[in-house]
Amino acid sequence: MYPITTAHYIALSAALLLIGTVGVLTRRNIVIILMSIELILNAVNINLVAFSQALHNLDGQVFAIFVITDAVAEAAVGLGILIALFRNKETVEADEMDLLKW
Amino acid sequence: MNFLDLIWLIPLFPLFGALLMLLFGRMLDPQPASEVAVAPGVEHTHDEHDRHHDHGHSHSHDHDHEHDHGHHHHHHSPLKVLISLICPGMVLISFLLSVGAVWRLTDYPGRVYELVKFTWLAGLPFHMMDGRLTTFSADWGFLLDPLSAVMILVVTGIGFLIHVYSTGYMAHDNGYYRFFGYLNLFIFFMLMLVLANNYTLLFVGWEGVGLCSYLLIGFYFQKKSAGDAGKKAFIVNRVGDAGFIMGMLLMFSLLGTVRFVEVNAALRGGHFHAETAGFGVLSAMALLFFIGATGKSAQFPLYVWLPDAMEGPTPVSALIHAATMVTAGVYMVARSAALFQLTPQTLNIVAGIGAFTAIFAATIALVQNDIKRVLAYSTVSQLGYMFLALGVGAYWVAVFHLFTHAFFKALLFLDSGSVIHAMGGEQDMRRMGGLKDKIPITHWTMWIGSAAIAGIPGLAGFFSKDEILWQAYSSPAGSKALWFVGLATAGLTAFYMWRLMNMTFYGKSRVAPEVAAHIHESPPAMTIPLVLLAAGGALAGWLSVPHAWSWLGSLHGFEHWLEPAFASAATEAAQGGAHDASTEWILMGISVAVAIIGIVVARYFYHHKPHIPDTLEKSLKPLHGLLYNKYYVDEIYDFLFVNGLGKGGGRVLGAFDRNVVDGAVNGAGWLTRFSSRVSIWWDTWIVDGAVRLGSFTVKLLSYPVCILQTGRVQAYALFVVVGVLIFFGYYLAGK
Repeated sequence: MYPITTAHYIALSAALLLIGTVGVLTRRNIVIILMSIELILNAVNINLVAFSQALHNLDGQVFAIFVITDAVAEAAVGLGILIALFRNKETVEADEMDLLKW
Repeated sequence: MNFLDLIWLIPLFPLFGALLMLLFGRMLDPQPASEVAVAPGVEHTHDEHDRHHDHGHSHSHDHDHEHDHGHHHHHHSPLKVLISLICPGMVLISFLLSVGAVWRLTDYPGRVYELVKFTWLAGLPFHMMDGRLTTFSADWGFLLDPLSAVMILVVTGIGFLIHVYSTGYMAHDNGYYRFFGYLNLFIFFMLMLVLANNYTLLFVGWEGVGLCSYLLIGFYFQKKSAGDAGKKAFIVNRVGDAGFIMGMLLMFSLLGTVRFVEVNAALRGGHFHAETAGFGVLSAMALLFFIGATGKSAQFPLYVWLPDAMEGPTPVSALIHAATMVTAGVYMVARSAALFQLTPQTLNIVAGIGAFTAIFAATIALVQNDIKRVLAYSTVSQLGYMFLALGVGAYWVAVFHLFTHAFFKALLFLDSGSVIHAMGGEQDMRRMGGLKDKIPITHWTMWIGSAAIAGIPGLAGFFSKDEILWQAYSSPAGSKALWFVGLATAGLTAFYMWRLMNMTFYGKSRVAPEVAAHIHESPPAMTIPLVLLAAGGALAGWLSVPHAWSWLGSLHGFEHWLEPAFASAATEAAQGGAHDASTEWILMGISVAVAIIGIVVARYFYHHKPHIPDTLEKSLKPLHGLLYNKYYVDEIYDFLFVNGLGKGGGRVLGAFDRNVVDGAVNGAGWLTRFSSRVSIWWDTWIVDGAVRLGSFTVKLLSYPVCILQTGRVQAYALFVVVGVLIFFGYYLAGK
C-alpha cells in the first residue's frame, strides 16, 4: 500500500483542472460549461487543502471554504442568468449566443 | 383795430374754407356715386379732336345734347347753399381785411410793413460762396408793401367775384364742394405767395398754387384729356421750378439771406455793381429766377401747358390761368427788381423772350376755333407783354398791366364761360354766331373786355399797353425793334379779339337748332360779377394815365404807389424819356390806329365778307396749318422730350441698366457662384477627403482586431487559456 503524498493530490488537481478547462472550451451546453467551471474550482480546492496538510497551515483550508462559498454563489448567479437567457432565446447553446460582436 | 397786424389772417380764412370743404364737404353735398362719372354738361371740349393731328376740318362731333342744361334734374341738397355761402364768404373776409390793411399801409412810414410770426426753417448749416458758414433760415413772415398790396387786392377782389360767378356756373356740376375746396385752397396759397417775406415762403405758395392748378385742370378727371392736361401743367412747371430753386440756393450762397428786405438792401448797398460787361453770378441768378418765371407765367419755351389748362372749368381758367397764378412769375421778377436791375444781360433776355412770346402766341390765337383757346393764347401773349415791360426795366408798368389784365382777362374768360354755359357746353366758335341779342349782358361785357384788351383809348388795356409800348421805345434798355414787335402784337390782339366777337356774337347763327332752343342768359350770380369786372376793365386804367396827358394833372397814382417797391436809379432813368411828349403822342396815335385797323379788318373779314378768311386759308394753307397747329411746338416737344429724351433716353438708360448695371449684378452673382463652386470642390475633395481618409485608416486598422470579437464566450475563454499557456510556457522555458 503506497502512502498518498502531496504529489498525488497535485496530480489529481491537475487532472481535474485539465478536464474542466477542456469542458469549458469544448462543450456547447452552458449547464455543462458551468459544471466544468465547478471542476476547475474544485481542482483549486484540492490544491489548497493538500498544501494546507503538507505545510500544517490551516489558512489553505479556510481559503478552500471561501472558494466553495464563492462557487455556490457563482453557480446560483450563472444558473439564474441561464434561465433568463433561455426564456428569451429558448436555447442553452453557448455558440448561438454571439450578439455581442462588432 | 390795426389791420396791418392782422395780415397773417388774410390767407387763413380761405385755408379754413378749403379745409372745411375738403374734409366735410361731402356731408354738405352728398351725391350718388353713379352721377359722379357723368361727363359734366357745361364743359364739352373738342380739344381731343383739335389737339391730335386734326389737320383737316372734319369736326364731326357726335354731340350728346342729352347733357343739355334744361335736362339736368339734380336734387339740390339744401346744405349745398352753405357751400356757396362759406367759400365766397371766406374770400370776401380776406378781401375786406386786405382793403383794411392796404388802407392802413398808405399812412405807414416807408409803406413797407413786415410781420414775422415765427421761424419756420432754421438751423441748417450752409457754406456761403465766400466760405463763411451760416445757417439757412426762413421765417413764416409776411411783407406788405405796395407791390404785394396790389397783388392781394387783385387776388382776393377778383377771386371773390369769380367765386360768386362759380356758384352759378358750377351749380349743375358734380363735385361742387370739391371745386370750391380747391378754389379756396388756391386763394390761400396765392396769398401766401404774394404776402411772403422771403423767397422760400414764396416758393411754398408757388408750389401750392401749382398743385391747385393741377387739381383744377384735372377737375374733370374722368376725361383723359383733362387728366393729361393736368399732368402736363405740373411737369412743365417743374422745369421752371428747378430754375427757381437753383436761383434761390445761389442767392443764399451769395448773400446769406433770402428775405426780400435784406436781399434788396444787400443788392442796393453798393457792394454789387451792374454786370454790364460780362455774364456773372448775379446774371446767372437772375436768369435762373426768370426760368422759374417762364414756367409759372407760361413764357416761351415753357408756355405749352397753359393752352391745355383750358380743360379745367372756365372759372378756373379765369382765376388761375389768366388773372392771378400765371402772373406769379411777373410778380416774382418784379419782386426781384433790385437783382434784375444789376443784370442788364438777363434783362435783355427777359425782354426778348417776352416780346417773342407776345407775338408768337398772338399769331397762334389768330386761327384757333375754340373760344377758350383763343383767350388762352391771348393770355400767353399778354404775359409776354408784361415780361417785355420787366425786361426794359419798367417794373411798375408790368405790374400795372398785370393789374388791368387781371380785370379784363378774367372778364373775357367768364364771358366765354357764360357763352359756353348758354350753348350747353359748345366751345367751337364755328358753331356759334348771332348770339348778341340772346345773351345781351354777356355780349356787352365781353365787348368792353375785348375793347379793353385791344387798346381802345379810355379802357384799362389802353393805358397799360400803351405805357409798355412807350417804355419799350423810350427806355434805355428798350429798342425800336421791341416796340415794333409790341405794336404788331397789339394789332394782332385787336384782330383776333374781334374775330372772336364776330364769330360768336354777330352775323348769321351757325348754332345747331336743338342747341339754339336752349340758349339763355346766365343767372344773376354769373352776370353780376361780369358787370363788376366790366366796370373794372373799363376804369382800372385811369389809376395811371400817360405822362403826355399832362392836362389831367397828376393822375399817376399807380406809378407813385409802387415807387417804394422799385426804388432804384435805373427805374427813374427809364422814365426819363417821358419828357418827350410829342413822341409819346405820335406813338400813342400809331398804336391806337393799329388797334382800330385790326378791329376793322376783323370786322370786314368775319362779318362783311366771311368768304375771305376761307379763301385766305386755302391759298395760304401751309401757313394756316402752321398756325392752326401752334407751330407744331407740342409735336416738337413730343419728339424731342417725350419721345426723344424721355422714351429714347429711357431706352438708352434701359440698355445701360440691362447691360451694365444688371451685368455687374449678374457678374457678381456669377463670380459668387463660381467661387462657391471652387469652395464646394475644395470642401468635398480636400477637407472631406482628409476627414474620410482618417476614418478610413482607422477602420482599416481596426479590421484585424474586429475579427477577434466573435461574440462567442468560448472563443474568449480559449484566448484566455492560450494566453495562460503562453505565459506558462514562457515561464517553463525561462527556467
